[in-house]
This record gives sequence, C-alpha cells and structure tokens, in this order.
Amino acid sequence: MTTTTIAGQAVDRNDEGFFEHPEQWTEDVAVEIAKEEGIDELTPEHWQVIHFMRKEYVEKGTGPTVRVLGKTSGVSVKELYQLFPKGPAKVAAKIAGIPKPRGCI
Amino acid sequence: MAKRIVILGGGTGGTLTANRLSKHYGDDVEVTVVDRDDDHVYQPGLLFVPFGLADPDDIVRPRQRQLKKGVAFHRAGIDHVDIDGDEVHLVDGTVLPYDLLVVATGARLLPDETEGLTGPGWGEKVFTFYDLAGATALHDALERFEGGRVVVNVVDLPIKCPVAPLEFSFLADWYFHDRGLRDRVELTYVTPLDGAFTKPTASRTLGGMLDEKGVELVTEFNTGEVDGEGGRLVSYDEREVPFDLAVVIPLHGGAEYVDRSPGLGDELGFVPTDQHTLQSKVRPNIFAIGDATNVPASKAGSVTHFEGEVLLRNIIRFLDGEELDASYDGHANCFIETGFHKAMLIDFNYDTEPVGGHFPAGVGMPLLQDSRLNHLGKLMFQWVYWHVLLPGRDIPGIRPDMPTSGKELASH
Ligand SMILES: Cc1cc2nc3c(=O)[nH]c(=O)nc-3n(C[C@H](O)[C@H](O)[C@H](O)COP(=O)(O)OP(=O)(O)OC[C@H]3O[C@@H](n4cnc5c(N)ncnc54)[C@H](O)[C@@H]3O)c2cc1C
Repeated sequence: MTTTTIAGQAVDRNDEGFFEHPEQWTEDVAVEIAKEEGIDELTPEHWQVIHFMRKEYVEKGTGPTVRVLGKTSGVSVKELYQLFPKGPAKVAAKIAGIPKPRGCI
Repeated sequence: MAKRIVILGGGTGGTLTANRLSKHYGDDVEVTVVDRDDDHVYQPGLLFVPFGLADPDDIVRPRQRQLKKGVAFHRAGIDHVDIDGDEVHLVDGTVLPYDLLVVATGARLLPDETEGLTGPGWGEKVFTFYDLAGATALHDALERFEGGRVVVNVVDLPIKCPVAPLEFSFLADWYFHDRGLRDRVELTYVTPLDGAFTKPTASRTLGGMLDEKGVELVTEFNTGEVDGEGGRLVSYDEREVPFDLAVVIPLHGGAEYVDRSPGLGDELGFVPTDQHTLQSKVRPNIFAIGDATNVPASKAGSVTHFEGEVLLRNIIRFLDGEELDASYDGHANCFIETGFHKAMLIDFNYDTEPVGGHFPAGVGMPLLQDSRLNHLGKLMFQWVYWHVLLPGRDIPGIRPDMPTSGKELASH
C-alpha cells in the first residue's frame, strides 16, 4: 500500500492503484487520477460512469464488470472503451476511487 | 395439505434437489419439476465430443428417468414467475402455485450478444462446444481441418466450468498430435483475464502448461466482434487475432424467463442468492441452486452437488420455521483434462484458492499436478454423475465443505 497526497487529500492505494478507502475520494482527486491514467479531461460521460460506479459500489459492495456497466450505466460497452481505452472496469474503478471490481470465477 | 415445492429446471441441480426432497419427505410434500425438454445432457461430456472421444448419444438421457418415483415432471417452457402471487406461469398455460420455489434453470448461452458471432461463418469456421449441436458440428469441422490457426476464445465471464476452454486447448494439442498435424496448427488461447485462469496459483500452473504445449496465450482481450468472413477476433480496444477456425465460448446469462419475471433476477438474469444459505434475496420462499444463482462460486456440477446438501437442509428448516444453516463455503472440485490420458485436479472454495497437495486427504489424488489417476477420476465422474450426484446421494468420504488436510496451505 502507498499513501500519496492528491489534490490536497491523503489517498491510500494498493500496488495496482486501487483505493483502500473509498471515502478518501473527492471529485478533485478523480481529475488527478484520470490524468495519471492518460485521460486529460473528464467529460460529462466520464462523470456519468464514475458516479454510477460509486453508487453500485455503495449498494453492492463491488464495482460492476464492463458487461454490467454496458447494460446498466446508460453508456454502451463500445463507448465505454472510447471513454476509458485501457479497460473501462479497471480504469473507471481507479478514477472512481473504489476497490478492484471482483471478477467472476 | 401437503406443501407444494416447485423446482424450475430438471438439469443437475433440479434433479438432485427433487430426489433429495423425495427421499427425505416421501409423500409429505408435493414436488414438481418443470423443464422444457426431456434431454438431460451430461454437460462435462461436451468437452470430449469435438475430438470423437465421446458419442453425442452416450451423454444424453431422458430427464424423467433420473427422477424418483414420487416426483412429478411437467414438460413445458416457463413463461414467468409471479413472485408476489407465489405462482409459476408456464408457456402451455398451466399455472403452478407454490409454497416454496427452487430456481435451477442454469445458465443460457448468449451468442447473439457478441457482434458478428452468429453472422457469416457461424457453423462453418466459428463454433462453440458449449451445447450439443455445437459440439457435434465442431467435431465434423475438426475432422476436416488440415492445418492453420485455431483460436479458443472466452468472450467474458461468468461461464460454466471456467476450466473447460483450457481443457479444450490441451485436448486440441493432443488431437492434432495424434493426427500428425500438430506442426501445421497454430493454437491460441484468447481470454479477457490477465492470466490463464482466475486464481493466481492455478493460473501460473495452467499458464505454464499452455506454454509447454505450445499454445499461445493472449490476455486481457475483450472480444467486441467476431468477424467470421475475415477470420479475425477484434477486441474493444481494437486488437486483432486472426483465425482459420474459432472456438468461442459465448456470453452467459440466466434463463430468459427470469428477465420476464419482475424482481426475480439481476442485470444478467441470475438470481441474487445468499452465498451461504442458498436462499434467494428476492423472497424468503424462493431458493436457488447451481448455475442460476449469482453466488461467487464456479458454475460447475460439483458446486451444484455440494450446494445440494445445504439446500435440502435449508428447505427443511424453512418449512419448519427454523433458522437457516449458513454453511455452504463455495466448495468446488474440478478435474482438468490435460490430454495424453492425464488430468489435473483442483479443489477450492470462496476463501481458499486451488493449491497443491492431495485430495481428499494426505493420501489421494494429486492436486494441481497432472496424473493418470486424475484422468481416470474424470472419466469416472460420468458414472458418478448419473448414479450418485443425480439420485442425490453423498459421495463417500467427500463432504460438502472443502477439506484442508492434504492441502499445501500457507500458514496464516
Ligand atoms: C462444456 C462443459 C463442460 C463442463 N464440465 C464440467 C466438469 O467437468 N465438471 C463440473 O463439475 N461441471 C462441468 N460443467 C458444468 C455443469 O454441467 C453445470 O454447472 C451444471 O450442469 C449446472 O447445473 P444446473 O442445474 O444449474 O443447470 P443445468 O443442468 O444446465 O439445468 C438447467 C435446466 O433448466 C432448463 N430450463 C432453462 N430455461 C428453461 C425454461 N425457460 N423453461 C423450462 N426449462 C428451462 C434447461 O432445459 C435445463 O435442463 C460443464 C459445462 C459445460 C457446458
């Protein structure tokens, strides 16, 4: 685990870059983490996905997979990849400040 | 009046639950099983059909004959469940009221949800072996195949028996060796995961095995399109894998009637289910078993079998008004066919990943290592399936919760 100060906020993240404590997240933090991930500007569509991820996490205890995001967030899987080219579920989870979405087995 | 228990689905989970209930209650409850057809397929056998190692006829039996005498079988499609009215509506117009419902309708293949998958080339050079028709057609295609690029692609999880596509790759290596074609065939395994398998230790072992057998591994590939005509898989991030023959494991979802039953399922049509008691989270008098649930366990026959014992106990407790037993631990046990008459065995649960050692105890079948003994175990499983699992018996010496003796577990 590493602690860094981002946008004036102490943030604990694991080795893969996922939040240990989702409550440390702020919108300003999200903007900075997006830059780390190569996304210079968060558009309204990005924010729609980010807020949806956080809501799902609060309700279900885990972030959604890309497929569930595509079905429920109002943004199609294709568009999700345009928004987060390096992998919507993982990258959006990092920016949304939630743990790595639990995969399936 | 006798309590009415309706079981939706007469596959692995529905059949073993009906038989366990009938054995326990005799005529004291009314058990009805609903399924739309009378062909019970031994699905693990589908893996062998493409290679001519199993005959399609040998892995199918009539459903009704697997059910004990007192169990009623109703053959019809399910239209929807009215979870507030405690009724199941069937396609033939019948309405079945229930006191307790068990959802055991498994998982459904959704090839249409992937662009191009069922388009040009489907059934010619694009196949799946996940159903009987597909496995049989693939057998013909393999017989005709004289060399080129073969890709095995898992579109996304969850899928039934997540090791089966790996086993398919191992068996394909063996098959092409046997036919003297191996040096003319390029085998590639294409997965959305970041390794060969979900669990780290097993993923390393299985990845090493792909490497040994000369199967190329492409990871983190999220298939957006299968272009049958052009012979290529295209990922959402615009990478391509070319093929002459593609074996694709399509997306899975729950049964379609779940989507027509308000409140019963999640986004993918699986029933939200308590992972320890198997009671659904949608209504207390609805339980679920096997592939139809959303519990974070493998969608496997072994899981269904282990769930069966806990499910029976909890149905009894529920009907008696007692507290449920939260003891299902996610136990799964899978043989992994590795070719050349060998197989590997993995045994794990919600909390413990597959590790090395022996099963079920210090002396037994080697874990996470291929051996001839395990291959015999895999072949035996078919007999065990029809004669032990489905009748609802316990396998001697094997309990539903995962054994830890014999396992190489790191101490905490
Ligand atoms: C290729 C392959 C290999 C496998 N290998 C293994 C293995 O080696 N080991 C292992 O443990 N497991 C293996 N499995 C998985 C195993 O077969 C399943 O996990 C198991 O059969 C699940 O049982 P179930 O009762 O949940 O579903 P199923 O047995 O699939 O039963 C579901 C039933 O519901 C019925 N149904 C669905 N919808 C409706 C409807 N609308 N109306 C009426 N009826 C309906 C279906 O007809 C079906 O009979 C494999 C699966 C596949 C595909």
